Amino acid sequence: MAKNDNDVLVLGGKSFTNRLLTGTGKFSSRSLISPMLEASGSQMITVALRRVDMGSKDENILTFIPDTVTLLPNTSGARTAKEAIRIARIARESGCGNFIKIEVITDMQYLLPDNQETLKATEVLAKEGFVVLPYMMPDITFARQLHDAGAAAVMPLGSPIGTNLGLEMKSMIKRIIEISSLPVVVDAGIGRPSQAAQAMEMGADAVLVNTAIATSADPVRAGKAFGMAVAAGRMAYLADMADEQDFAEASSPLTGFLRS
Amino acid sequence: MSFMDQVIAWEEFDFKDFFEKVTTRDVQRSLHRDILAFRDLLHLLSPCAQDFLEPMAQKARLLTRQYFGRTIGLYAPLYISDYCVNQCTYCGFNAHTRFARTKLTLDQIDQEAEAIAKTGIRHILVLTGEAPARTPMSYLTDAVRILKKYFSSIGLEIFPMDEADYRILVAAGADSLTVYQEVYDRKIYKQVHPGGKKADYAYRLLTPERGAQAGFRAVNIGALFGLGNPMAEAFMAGLHARYLEQTYPDVEVSLSLPRMTKAEGATAFCHSFPDISFVQCMLAWRLFMPRLGITISTRESAAFRDRLVHLGATRYSAGSRTDVGGYARNLEDSTVQFAVTDARSVDQITRMIRKSGFQPVFKDWESVI
Repeated sequence: MAKNDNDVLVLGGKSFTNRLLTGTGKFSSRSLISPMLEASGSQMITVALRRVDMGSKDENILTFIPDTVTLLPNTSGARTAKEAIRIARIARESGCGNFIKIEVITDMQYLLPDNQETLKATEVLAKEGFVVLPYMMPDITFARQLHDAGAAAVMPLGSPIGTNLGLEMKSMIKRIIEISSLPVVVDAGIGRPSQAAQAMEMGADAVLVNTAIATSADPVRAGKAFGMAVAAGRMAYLADMADEQDFAEASSPLTGFLRS
Repeated sequence: MSFMDQVIAWEEFDFKDFFEKVTTRDVQRSLHRDILAFRDLLHLLSPCAQDFLEPMAQKARLLTRQYFGRTIGLYAPLYISDYCVNQCTYCGFNAHTRFARTKLTLDQIDQEAEAIAKTGIRHILVLTGEAPARTPMSYLTDAVRILKKYFSSIGLEIFPMDEADYRILVAAGADSLTVYQEVYDRKIYKQVHPGGKKADYAYRLLTPERGAQAGFRAVNIGALFGLGNPMAEAFMAGLHARYLEQTYPDVEVSLSLPRMTKAEGATAFCHSFPDISFVQCMLAWRLFMPRLGITISTRESAAFRDRLVHLGATRYSAGSRTDVGGYARNLEDSTVQFAVTDARSVDQITRMIRKSGFQPVFKDWESVI
């Protein structure tokens, strides 16, 4: 990736100058979503189609999202590729756009993604012209398969949804960043701005944060904190700062003699 | 292995003796665990744990917020028939109670659905008594198809069926199943269900499993608190929920805590289950199963329900009528299955939830059938 000043994330033909993706779930009030978006600078927000009520004027969540923000409908509730595909089509038909975050979950206890079904859904939906962002278990081989299936990005989880545990899957995500030619969006489990910054420093192209923002006592301020952290992490990555080392580099006791 | 094996295995267990011996230290250790085992659940249901309700509540609130956010899902019950061949001694609809039974016609179901949908509710729970001759499969599938026009999620709380019949209803558009064991204690179960098909304990116990196998995406279970020793019942219900969660990982499991209220014609003995025990049980469940749905019906009073929003509840019924045809006709003197204590409208409940700092969620499912 070119490390220049004109740093944008391109997804589905759209350019994003902000690399924090947010979500609409778990807020105490939907009226917080718009000020949160403004404070965080987030330009893309995910929304579960299962929560969208097109028929309701007062309760339609989409009316709480400014037009300038890209909608990323998700397939929450899908347990098979078939269900995810149906949900994606309904989302597009109801005017939610071309972007789709695939979530196929067959484990309600930990909400972990089913990679096999996710792959099947990605193949079909990418062919239908969707901009497919699949939520996945961090697995290098699988990231490659998603690329071949036509995904627009990969979304490995940092740790299980809602846990705030941060980058428990760090070493796996690092490898995916290393090999992936697709943008890598770290999704799920990020509980603090510092963890978001860390993901960005590592070279993630974006992060998606919902629970930590939505369930905080002040989601607008939390959104702002995450926005800043993501920007800082990105800037640090572009500055190509020295990596952390867990060993000291003093003299050369083993090879020094070669140069004496 | 079915849950019946676990019921039998626990029959020898002396709950009273165990609960009495639980110490402060036991409770503290269980309270602070990340992953709780069944023994921890027992500790948290013991009398000793009543001294730890505040820290239990704090942890329960945190867990609920983490996994469900600051939201409360809303649904409404719809009674479509009160014909019943069962003789449950605690129920207002039991076969020996004489009152003019009603079964809604399909047109009436449409009217009821329209009246409920106007309030914004998108999740409906359909209820019947057990009288398959009156409410055959064709009637039930027709009802589900009508309701699909108005609602995005259709739950069933009807008489237990075979898996094949459940499959038909799932195919018609129903997505969740509620079935209460009523009482896990087999001796008491026999006493309070002297006749009818419901007298078959095992068939009822295994109903949620048949439902999960048939493809319901959500299963809601519970005990009717008051029939058996409440904390032993709460333990068995918790164990049942965990069994279902582990055996059917793609099914959302939730628990209800229906407390017996006075119903016309009810004669069963009722254990006391005061608010403090109710809350203790709910908190213990939340700590035991962080992602468990917890449903609170209008059997509970408005003031009490207002408090439960903060204590781990995830779903509320609202604007409920528990008589057949109550929404569209609004009769004053009809026979109800149980007395509604929180008679507030959907609007009023919604306002209460918002005022408590939570978002009322009207729609949380998309039918893809």
